[in-house]
Amino acid sequence: MSQHISKKKLFSIIKTIILYLLVGLGALIFTLPFLWMISTSLKPEYDIFVLPPKWIPNPPLWENYRKGWTLLPFNLFLKNTLIIVVNNLVGNLISCSLVAYGFARLRHPLKDTLFMLLISTMMIPYSVTMIPLFILYNKLGWVNTFKPLMIPAWFGYPFFIFLLRQFFLGLPKELDEAAKIDGCSNWRIYWNIILPLSKPALATVAIFSFLGNWNDFLGPLIYLSSQEKYTIAIGLNLFRGQYFTYMGYMMAVSVVTVLPVIVIFLLAQQYFIRGIVMSGIKG
Amino acid sequence: MRNKVKVTQFTKREHRDFWLFISPWLIGFIVFSVGPIIAAIFISLTEWNILSPPIWVGFNNFINLFKDKVFYAALINTAYYTVGSVILGTILALIVAILLNQHIRGVTIFRTLYFLPSVTAGVAVTILWLWIYNPEFGLINYFLSLIGIKGPQWLFDTRWVLPALIIMSLWGIGSNMMIFLAALQNVPQELLEAAEIDGANTWYRFWNVTIPMISPTIFLVLVMSTIGAFQTFMQPYVMTRGGPGNASMLYGLYIYFNAFQWWKMGYASALSWIMFIMVFILTLIQFRVSKSWVYYETTEGR
Repeated sequence: MSQHISKKKLFSIIKTIILYLLVGLGALIFTLPFLWMISTSLKPEYDIFVLPPKWIPNPPLWENYRKGWTLLPFNLFLKNTLIIVVNNLVGNLISCSLVAYGFARLRHPLKDTLFMLLISTMMIPYSVTMIPLFILYNKLGWVNTFKPLMIPAWFGYPFFIFLLRQFFLGLPKELDEAAKIDGCSNWRIYWNIILPLSKPALATVAIFSFLGNWNDFLGPLIYLSSQEKYTIAIGLNLFRGQYFTYMGYMMAVSVVTVLPVIVIFLLAQQYFIRGIVMSGIKG
Repeated sequence: MRNKVKVTQFTKREHRDFWLFISPWLIGFIVFSVGPIIAAIFISLTEWNILSPPIWVGFNNFINLFKDKVFYAALINTAYYTVGSVILGTILALIVAILLNQHIRGVTIFRTLYFLPSVTAGVAVTILWLWIYNPEFGLINYFLSLIGIKGPQWLFDTRWVLPALIIMSLWGIGSNMMIFLAALQNVPQELLEAAEIDGANTWYRFWNVTIPMISPTIFLVLVMSTIGAFQTFMQPYVMTRGGPGNASMLYGLYIYFNAFQWWKMGYASALSWIMFIMVFILTLIQFRVSKSWVYYETTEGR
């Protein structure tokens, strides 16, 4: 009897060990590319192209960061990126929350049909609208300006509208009904009641918006042609084309552009998770 | 009577407010979606390099498309990439989610480590993978050499370039893993316990309780990943530009080259319309097939 129990216990211990080994090994594999990137970014050329690879740069060559960042005008690229990112963040927050309020709180016979339409636009491939829009912006003289990258942000983004609507639906309706009886307009309810209560959802949208625009590649690639307008994403691609063999510089610049994303992610992980999880419950 | 007037006025105001509140999206929808989609039909029937006026060519673009070898190559490559990355990615995301759902210590740290790569997906990380796949000094071939395997040329080999892109995409399964993890945590514990009392072993409980309960989530992940994978652009653009030969010419990349390298707007529009139809049909098929395996609770939960 006692032997039987200890056998069962042994089995469960082995199971736990295997579980931790698997999870740990997987986590190591997922982390190694980042470590490799940092390691490469701190090594001189003669230490980069060697076998077996040296993991710990000795001494670390911080010079790569300064050199890499100034070989191309990355400060300018950073400024351009920030202009677009901040504009789109504000634009998305305002426009998407307005639309989401309409869909979550106001009644209209066409509401459900329109919302279905909104959801279905999430499935339209980007490339279908890309060409006509380029021709339109070209006619308007907007090519090689930030306008094609900044103006659409003020007209809502289906995924964010969906996220915010879900959140608004979860807020108690009694709050705005009481306000309505007191004669509050919908604008007041939206601004004074719903928005202050929705800070977590707004944070989620802000983070996703930041991330999407920080990483956006195709938009800037199509619309920005002169180098002084470049964003970081296409600046990096240019760098990769011009200094392909300078792996140390390239990794240094890459680390710098990935770093803000990692920091924001670590600081605001719960908002990320909320957004991701909510996108999974479309049902 | 007066009350009724007041009510209709109230409703009227609400209807007006509804249109005002959704107007940003509605205007955007018409200007940035409906208009361009209709315009794309007309553009696809022309030959247009933007500089000179468009020439009406009827269905020529669509006819030429079926004679275009690169079109078929792009189609096959995209199918290969999509099937590979979606199926492997979904299975891997599910496995990691199941492992992380086993009451392990430090789960938040592990979760963060698995999640992080999907957040950083950008040019920087794509360039990093270029370096990882370096045949001589890259990380992957180094590890392969440790177990006595001489690694392939990866991005320079027509047979290995697509597998390389697929492997790279697996690194970004973090967000799907999070979705699965949330779904797993929503599986009612009573159901699993009841099955255990009835003598069902772990394997049986997994296949007959857990999987059916999370099947709507699996389905959603499959649909969204398929749409995403079908449109993959940045990775092959930065890493291979479709090469070697056309071995990594994915469909989105081919549309881009036609439109913005060769300025064949008409032909590119025709290509993108075919893509639209294919994505639509694919989604439709997935919805059809889903009826046979996706389990929705009969009592409406939400």
